[in-house]
Amino acid sequence: MTKMTKLMGATAVALTMGAAAYADGHGCGAEGRASILSNDFAAVNAVSAGAAECEGADVTTNATTEHRDIQVAALTANPAEYTVAVVANSSIVALLNEGLIRPLDDLIAAHAPDIPMNQRISVGGEVVAIAFMANAQHLFYRSDVLEAAGVDVPTTYEEVLAAAEEIRSQGLMENPFITNTAVGWNLGEEFINMYLGHGGDFFEAGSANPAINNETGVATLEMMKALAEYSDPDFLTFASNETAAEWEAGNAALGFMWGSRGGPILDDEGSTEEVTSTTVLAGAPTVAGGDTPASTLWWDGFTVASNISDEDAEASFIAMVHGMRDEVVSANNDAAVWLSPAYKPGPAAAGVAATAASGTKPYPMIPFMGLMHTALGNELAEFMQGEESAEQALADVEAAYIAAATEQGFIE
Amino acid sequence: MPHKTFMWFILPSALAMFLFIFVPIISVIVQSMHIEHEQVLIEVENCGPFGCTPEVNVDQEAMRQLREEQPLGRFNGLGTYTNRAHLAFDEVGEAWATQDTWSGFLSAVYNLPFYKALSFTLTFTFVVTPLVLLFGLFIALGVNSLPRVFKGPTIFVSLLPMIVTPLVGSLILFWMVDAEGVLGAALQNIFDDNSLSLKASPWLTWVMLMVYGVWSSTPFAFVVFYAGLQTVPEDTLEAASLDGAGRWQKVRYVVFPYVAPLAVFITLIQLMDNFRVFEPIVGFSAQASATSLSWVIFNDLRGGDVQLFGSAAATSVLTICGVAILLTPVLIRTWRDFNRKRV
Repeated sequence: MTKMTKLMGATAVALTMGAAAYADGHGCGAEGRASILSNDFAAVNAVSAGAAECEGADVTTNATTEHRDIQVAALTANPAEYTVAVVANSSIVALLNEGLIRPLDDLIAAHAPDIPMNQRISVGGEVVAIAFMANAQHLFYRSDVLEAAGVDVPTTYEEVLAAAEEIRSQGLMENPFITNTAVGWNLGEEFINMYLGHGGDFFEAGSANPAINNETGVATLEMMKALAEYSDPDFLTFASNETAAEWEAGNAALGFMWGSRGGPILDDEGSTEEVTSTTVLAGAPTVAGGDTPASTLWWDGFTVASNISDEDAEASFIAMVHGMRDEVVSANNDAAVWLSPAYKPGPAAAGVAATAASGTKPYPMIPFMGLMHTALGNELAEFMQGEESAEQALADVEAAYIAAATEQGFIE
Repeated sequence: MPHKTFMWFILPSALAMFLFIFVPIISVIVQSMHIEHEQVLIEVENCGPFGCTPEVNVDQEAMRQLREEQPLGRFNGLGTYTNRAHLAFDEVGEAWATQDTWSGFLSAVYNLPFYKALSFTLTFTFVVTPLVLLFGLFIALGVNSLPRVFKGPTIFVSLLPMIVTPLVGSLILFWMVDAEGVLGAALQNIFDDNSLSLKASPWLTWVMLMVYGVWSSTPFAFVVFYAGLQTVPEDTLEAASLDGAGRWQKVRYVVFPYVAPLAVFITLIQLMDNFRVFEPIVGFSAQASATSLSWVIFNDLRGGDVQLFGSAAATSVLTICGVAILLTPVLIRTWRDFNRKRV
């Protein structure tokens, strides 16, 4: 049993002993407007649909992959266009920076005192979001290909490279490794994962000044380049949709992909029996002899807007808690790694659970992390194409970050 | 026309131009000269499903007060224009001082995001525009000499690239040139090279984007030229035939002079269109190898969780300046022609 499931078991016991207003599907008495802005994938949509079943509340939803880009403008309006924004630990920062979401402590005390502590996201002692699912990038592997190549399941990136070399040299697959390295957000995210795996810090302690142009940064880039040697030559255009499709087509044997893709890959749609029956989800590998896996932990949760009436905020909160109730989680058990006690981890959750249990760091919720992420995503492409040195690429990232952070007022 | 009547006649257009062109440009210029307030940071304890960590956060109270006092942010003058993300005066100056060779200097400048985007934008503009003119004219001449029955269907088919939405058109081509796609696999077969990928090589990506640009814009030039060809007087053409002019000579000495003003018009429109090339870069996921000024603006606003309004506004103003510089020679020429005709 992993740490995570243990934690869930403990909270389940605590929950059954308390008054179960939170877990109870009935008695959703809310009056007011609940307008939900969220990303568009199965687990989030299930929560929104569950919230819409709340009697009394006037629930409308807008599920769009463009949610990050409209959330700040939509919640800045007074009254806000949406009362609820479903966010992740990166996208909440933009709302926090502008003060657009309200503390939930009073609402929790009044309506859902039993929400487990591990689902409460707090900043400076105030709960600002309620998380309902976890996500992380981790290893996917094809047991049949590894067996044919005669290699063990890799637990470090050095072993991933060795296994990939073995698979290629035996002619089993030309490009056995795959991960999300599309220029932009995805490439930046891969650097962040690998850099944290190397034990690096992104900023000078206590300031917004960047600190990535160092040996750790160079080692990180060299590992990324080494992995890219075993990837399809088009790797700089691969985002999550492309990598999942390549995997389902049986074109890769070692993948570093999002846990939330596990369910859709393992189901009986879009792939062959040969691929789905031999795909195994495992924890994220470590790198360079470190203990921390080279990945980041993510949560998805809901926040309530500041610029709305207290009645609407109350209705929104009650409806969202209703949307996260046990029946919703049970009915959509395999759609995500739920944080709710009602969740029963299946094979699709094994990778995220193992990654969380082995001490992976959460994605940093720092006001200027988004700017660093953007700079990384834009400035590393030339290094990955072999057109510039690692030092030059890291210097470019720092310079691009400093320009953006100066404009945003984080650096003088 | 009396002055008063003229004023009333022009007023609606002037008002619309003021509201929809002048005011937005002024607002963009004002925006580009401001940056965010200096952020007041405090250290707090952040907790979540994966434990607690001490992290910094923005002090909401202090920031609210600052924003109420100065809602536009801090005045930065032309600071945003000269920073590394734009004209990068310091970086260019340093490259000039430290690099001994021209190629070293150019590659140092090319490494800066604005100049990188500018070099692709200009290359795209100056390669695509003449090719569009050329192909448009030849297709128009070809279609014009077809028998009447075939004209309608041919025109319809020739217009298809323009009818398809640019983003959709580029996505379709993107999938076709994929290593598993029709064109990509065919190319690999022809060159007998399994690792040939149009998306991986920066050089081939540029070629691919320009081929796409020509493909999607040629129908516009074709339609305009084709309309122009219908006005070429039959008498003059017949007279030329009687004088013993061949097909090429007729085109050279009769048709060209007639359609020359149209060529100026197409050049104007194409220079503007190509200078703000954007959709194919997104459609082809070509950001790794090719960025344009419009893409830089898009990336400032949509690239991350935080929007850089000042930066995007500065690039927008620079793009307006770029379009103005590009169009000046064409406009001067048109103005001269206009004056000559009046005399």
